[in-house]
Amino acid sequence: MIEIENISKSFQDKKVLHSISGKFEKGKTNLIIGASGTGKSVLLKCLVGLLNPDKGSVLFDGRPFTESDKSTTTQIRREIGMLFQGSALFDSKNVEENIKFPLDMLTELTENEKIEKVNHCLNLVGLDKINFKMPSELSGGMKKRVGIARAIVNDSKYLFCDEPNSGLDPLTAIKIDDLILELTQKLDTTTIVVTHDMNSVIEIGEYIMFLHNGKKIWEGNNKEILKTKIKELNDFVFSNKLMKKIR
Amino acid sequence: MKNFGKYILFLVSLLERREKLKTYINLTINESIKIGYDSLFIVSIVSIFMGAVTTIQTAFNLVGPLIPNYVISLVVRDMTLLELSPTIIAIVFAGKVGSNIAGELGTMRITEQIDALEVMGINSSSYLVLPKIIAALLMFPILVIISATLAIFGGYTAGVLTDVITGQEYIYGLRYEFNPFNIPFAMVKSYVFAFIVASISSFQGYYTSGGALEVGKSSTNAVTNSCIAILVADYVLAQILL
Ligand SMILES: Nc1ncnc2c1ncn2[C@@H]1O[C@H](COP(=O)(O)OP(=O)(O)OP(=O)(O)O)[C@@H](O)[C@H]1O
Ligand SMILES: [Mg+2]
Repeated sequence: MIEIENISKSFQDKKVLHSISGKFEKGKTNLIIGASGTGKSVLLKCLVGLLNPDKGSVLFDGRPFTESDKSTTTQIRREIGMLFQGSALFDSKNVEENIKFPLDMLTELTENEKIEKVNHCLNLVGLDKINFKMPSELSGGMKKRVGIARAIVNDSKYLFCDEPNSGLDPLTAIKIDDLILELTQKLDTTTIVVTHDMNSVIEIGEYIMFLHNGKKIWEGNNKEILKTKIKELNDFVFSNKLMKKIR
Repeated sequence: MKNFGKYILFLVSLLERREKLKTYINLTINESIKIGYDSLFIVSIVSIFMGAVTTIQTAFNLVGPLIPNYVISLVVRDMTLLELSPTIIAIVFAGKVGSNIAGELGTMRITEQIDALEVMGINSSSYLVLPKIIAALLMFPILVIISATLAIFGGYTAGVLTDVITGQEYIYGLRYEFNPFNIPFAMVKSYVFAFIVASISSFQGYYTSGGALEVGKSSTNAVTNSCIAILVADYVLAQILL
């Protein structure tokens, strides 16, 4: 479980996050949603320590994640897996080396054990026998899957995904969503997904935090979200025609 | 000035929270191949021509019955060792290796590969940059030695082929009143220049933000700033050591 308390963050004089609190539970897919530019990515970066919040705290299963306590921080970092918006595969390494990389850096496993894990993860994300392809030879959807495989290979307890299905066709997008849901349940991770895709919200939103202009103005699940009366959230949820028809 | 402070902090951060030694050794070997071997061709071409042109031009400027011919190769020797090989090759090095380093790190930055390293708990600056600096420090002095040798050889060939100096005179001049201190001086310069190019280019690349356009800018800045720093350092070293 990840808890955040009163996270605030500004850049220069621009306040991006206003005192955000919330709880992301284990074994669930937790979503952070909101319009473009409301600070979703900034919040995610504060959570994983790529940005330091000005105020507030982040607790990973009760352990505070701050720069003051280096050893706990390093320990927590090693339990984090993250899928970046652009996949962020290392383009000088092939698929196998990419997925193996966290194991090389952070564990003492033998080469065989590592390869076994890599193949297991590739299998989980539905990609077999592409070990020796370079990232430049993969399609966008395949890159995302490899990114997910790399994120979970070191038995990550916490899985973060920044817009896992942006730029993908609807079918692949759903496959990626299902994969995240399945992995979360199978591996019992605490999963946090940033998205503005309503499909994902309905499909996998077991807990949803809605941000608007850097403030949390609603939280709930994918059933409650359709019945809400809050105007900003309604505008977001029913922004496209299809959703309006469904309503 | 603010950038200079940031640069110093960047250098300090290279030494914090390091990974396993084996990782660094492997990375340094890879980088050395990339930095050293791949620069060999351009360095050789530049050096041979540098020596040839220096010989011909010195011969052209020194015509006169009072000056013996061996002065030509003596001038070539001292100019290559003291100035041309370390400095010109450093500038070539900045253009080839510096722009490459800045481009590579800049791309890694904007495609979030550096963030990906950080999230894994790896000190990205030390992981990516330290091996490049060490590789540059290992390889660049070797390139300078090769360059000086080839330049002197280029001078010999050009001089003999164009009949401005005989082979014997050339070799006599090379040995005439040789000051052995020139060699350590050239090596000190090489180390300083190698560090300048690798660290400034890494700094420029590492702190790229934006998109492909900015990566291009970082590469250009890496070369420009390295060249300026090389020339300033060249002057300072000459003042201190000569
Ligand atoms: N490093 C930074 N420096 C200054 N401002 C920033 C920085 N990063 C983000 N911002 C600002 O913070 C705000 C929120 O950005 P963020 O990237 O979190 O949006 P987002 O909700 O992820 O949007 P999107 O859905 O388009 O990805 C934006 O107005 C952006 O300009
Ligand atoms: Mg974003």
